[in-house]
This record gives sequence, C-alpha cells and structure tokens, in this order.
Amino acid sequence: MAEAMTIERRHPLAGHVFAGTGVALTPAHAAFRTSLRCPSASVPGLSDALGVALPRTPKTSVTEKGRSALWLGPDEWLLIDEKTDPMADLGGIDALHAAVDISHRNTAILVSGPGAADVINAGCPQDLSMEAFGTGACSRTIFGKAEIVLWRVKPSVFRIEVWRSFSDYVFGYLAEAARDGG
Amino acid sequence: MLLIHCPYCEEARPEIEFRHAGEAHIARPADIASLTDEEFSRFFFYRDNPKGITFERWRHLHGCARFFNAARDTVTDKFLVTYPAGEAKPDLVEAANENAKGAT
Ligand SMILES: [Zn+2]
Repeated sequence: MAEAMTIERRHPLAGHVFAGTGVALTPAHAAFRTSLRCPSASVPGLSDALGVALPRTPKTSVTEKGRSALWLGPDEWLLIDEKTDPMADLGGIDALHAAVDISHRNTAILVSGPGAADVINAGCPQDLSMEAFGTGACSRTIFGKAEIVLWRVKPSVFRIEVWRSFSDYVFGYLAEAARDGG
Repeated sequence: MLLIHCPYCEEARPEIEFRHAGEAHIARPADIASLTDEEFSRFFFYRDNPKGITFERWRHLHGCARFFNAARDTVTDKFLVTYPAGEAKPDLVEAANENAKGAT
C-alpha cells in the first residue's frame, strides 16, 4: 500500500533571517489578505461588514481588532488580518464591490530598528521621514525592481508586502543594504 | 529626481512610480465605422508632438494605479499642472499663478 502523502505549505521566506546593526529583517506570519475595490457609495456598507472603517485619506490605514485596511487608491484597499478571513464577512453584502483573496499572492517582511527607514530607502524613492510618512502611513510604491506595499506599523517598524515570487529578491536587497549601511 | 504631483494621492511622488501613457484629450469617434481610412489614421496614428506645452495621460502605476492628465512643457520638462482623468483642459495661466503661489 502506498504511503499517505502529506503536503506542507512552505512559507516563501522560510529560513530567512537577518539581524544587523540598527536593523532586523523578519518574515511576517501568514495572514489573510484581500484586495478590495469599490465605489465611494459602497464604503459605509463595506466598512460596517468588515468592522473596520475603510480610510478615504490617501496614504493612511485603519486598524480595528487585528484587521487593517490600507488605502491604496481612491477606490482600492488592501485588507490584512492574521486571524479571520475578511472574505467571510463580504459574502452576503449587496453593496457593489470586487474582493479578491490574495492571501498567498503576497508575503511580508518586517523591517525593524532605528535604521529601518534608511535601509528601505536604499531601494525605495519615497520620503520616509516621520513628517511625510508617519506611523500608520502606507503606500504602494517600488523597491528596486519590485512593486511593494509599504506600511509603517510603528515608528521604527515597517511592513513590506510583496508578491511571493519577488520576496527573496526584496529580502536579499534589504539585507545587502543593511550590511552596507551598518 | 523628478517629482510628479498625483491628483489622487494629493502629493508629489518620485517619477519612477509613474508611467507615461500618451497624448491626452483624444476623443474616440462616436461612429468609428463610418470614418474614411484617412480620418481613422488621423485619429489613431497622428499625435501633436509639440515643442512646448503638451497635454498627456500619465498613470501612477506603482502608487494609486490611477490614470490622470498632465500639462507638461517638452522644452523644460516641467509639469505645469496635473488633474484627474475626465476633467477638461485646465486654464494654464491660472495654473501658473497657483504654482507661483505654492512656491512662495
Ligand atoms: Zn497616485
């Protein structure tokens, strides 16, 4: 009789770790992620259903009970939740919207420490000063050759959301920049 | 680095987040099937390419991902004004005054 096969989902950054002077790189835990698009009229209904008020101000995020909504565009948000799936709360909603489960399209890297902004700026052209990109700020942008969503979760902690196939490249670039800068 | 003001993100952002997307304000013919070949080629292939002020579509590809329009000077490469897609061509004299006010 054939042996039962077990299939294990492997984190795209399994085994990646980096700790340097002033900055540490850590693969983020798995999370539910939803790409949400909707017109302005649907925002109140969707916010109620999701339990998080979808932000309407550019470059801002809102977090309620472990669920975060990141403004990506005037009709586009990225939802991140490590515990419960936002898709489950959108099933019965009448308000016009498009929601796509991208939980496994993205993975994330946490960049932390006093040198975090400098290390990210090695590949990202945005102004990451506290005045321009304070705690809670988020933006789709570019890092080297990869598109990312950058989110400042704490003053010295950034989360980089990146497509999984680019994650090794982004992690390597960050580690290289941290070595050069340290 | 060139900074471009995105009307949706409401701030100036680095050029490499953007993509140029051709000439702006080109109206699609209402009845495209009735055009002569000459008329169709005028609509489809011919562009102004002026030396000076040009109106262009741009896309904030690696940002909010939206298309918008811009008035740019092809000689100086300076952006005079950017505005949401669908709006009429802006008054450039007014835009220049606004820019001058913003700079002081
Ligand atoms: Zn934008």
